Amino acid sequence: MSDLKFSQNHEWLRLEGDTATIGISDYAQEQLGDIVYVELPEIGQQIAAGGQAAVVESVKAASEVYSPVGGQVVEVNSALEDDPALVNSDATGEGWFFKLKLDDVAESEAMMDESAYKEFTDGLD
Amino acid sequence: MSGTDEAQSEAIKTTPLHGRHVALGAKMVPFAGYSMALQYPTGILAEHLHCRQSAALFDISHMGQISIWGDGAAHALEWLVPGDIIGLARGALRYTQFTNAEGGIEDDLMVTNAHGRLMLVVNAARKEADLDLLEIGFRGAVDVALHDNKALIAVQGPEAQAALARHAPAAADLAFMHAGAMNIGGADAVVTRSGYSGEDGFEISVYDDAAGHVWDLLLAEPEVAPAGLGARDSLRLEAGLCLHGHDIDDTTSPVEAGLLWSMGKRRRQDGGFPGEDRVLDEIANGPKRRRVGILPEGRAPARENTEIVSAAGEPLGIVTSGGFGPSVGGPVAMGYVDAAHAEAGTALGLMVRGRNIPASIVKLPFIAHRYHKN
Repeated sequence: MSDLKFSQNHEWLRLEGDTATIGISDYAQEQLGDIVYVELPEIGQQIAAGGQAAVVESVKAASEVYSPVGGQVVEVNSALEDDPALVNSDATGEGWFFKLKLDDVAESEAMMDESAYKEFTDGLD
Repeated sequence: MSGTDEAQSEAIKTTPLHGRHVALGAKMVPFAGYSMALQYPTGILAEHLHCRQSAALFDISHMGQISIWGDGAAHALEWLVPGDIIGLARGALRYTQFTNAEGGIEDDLMVTNAHGRLMLVVNAARKEADLDLLEIGFRGAVDVALHDNKALIAVQGPEAQAALARHAPAAADLAFMHAGAMNIGGADAVVTRSGYSGEDGFEISVYDDAAGHVWDLLLAEPEVAPAGLGARDSLRLEAGLCLHGHDIDDTTSPVEAGLLWSMGKRRRQDGGFPGEDRVLDEIANGPKRRRVGILPEGRAPARENTEIVSAAGEPLGIVTSGGFGPSVGGPVAMGYVDAAHAEAGTALGLMVRGRNIPASIVKLPFIAHRYHKN
């Protein structure tokens, strides 16, 4: 079991203190296919829970990425600018999108753990 | 996360190769009423690059295959298209468009002169409409048949000839934009040296019941890997080729679309096709807008319907196809701009998610065509 939490929109979150690292799930990158561009939020930007935070583009199409929790952007993964394929090769590791300083740490508690998320995605296929 | 390309499915048709795609692990998507392979597990990028480097195998059986025959078939088809069909040599094929009375494009198609019989390949979404167009246009003077018992398989790429010629040696001698009747592993096939990738390659028309066998034979060749509609789209975009319903439609004329080369001298002078008034006027005086290649700066793709603005911020036109070009290694697009701003090198802006992305007009294609030299 990992320490990751998942949303129904296929974002993942890893909590360290009051800071969350957020990206898209392995299931999501698999569905999207080859990722060629990621548009990241600005550092300092305030994002509401459920608000649009990033855009991920595959060869085929653009998809919005929503933040499962609210907070202020403190860091973005600038490695994705030159190598967006990191999202494909390591979605929950080097392919992270941004870090938020959370408004309310308790917000992430409602998210799914890995096994619940797996059950959720199994039901989608 | 939410996708923007959700599609509905109702009474979906399958091609004779459907089971093979599923067995290969393809991601199947609805397209023009058919369940089609979007990509295989290798992914669009790898499939695209494999086509440019070696050979890719595509199931394009959703395309409409129509034949017309009888005395005067070529003359009759010229009532409906601006291409030179009467002058089309036996065994040769040519690209043309069905135009409407306003000079717009109802569909684009390939026409092969197969020893008197004209064989048409039309877009999947337009086949019924095209059939109506032919039957009404010909008023019974010429026979028309839609072959919905035929599959179409494309093998495209620099190694396509090597792979196909092991089974059909005559393929090696086929000239670009020519057709031949061949036998492939016991199956009767009509092979054309043509395609939609910008590479050398072939399209193979066979009866449904032989499609699986021909597919298997070609896929077993070491040069060949399967490719889906995703790679087909990025390949044709880099090659600067139009997709009907996007880069050309019932409002765009062949002149605006930069397809004048497909008309032939006699037709440009004499007309005699639907929409000739507009088309001939645009030939003489120039069109109001032109289809151009657009190279965005940076990495953000500019998709279809992205607004194009001038360096000063004024509206200039719209993107009709755009995405990531795997062989270019960055975003590429095509679209229509005001004819006064259509020169290669012109600086533009593309409005992507509220931001103005700098771009410039470039000469098409993005990747040089590598068709077979006859």
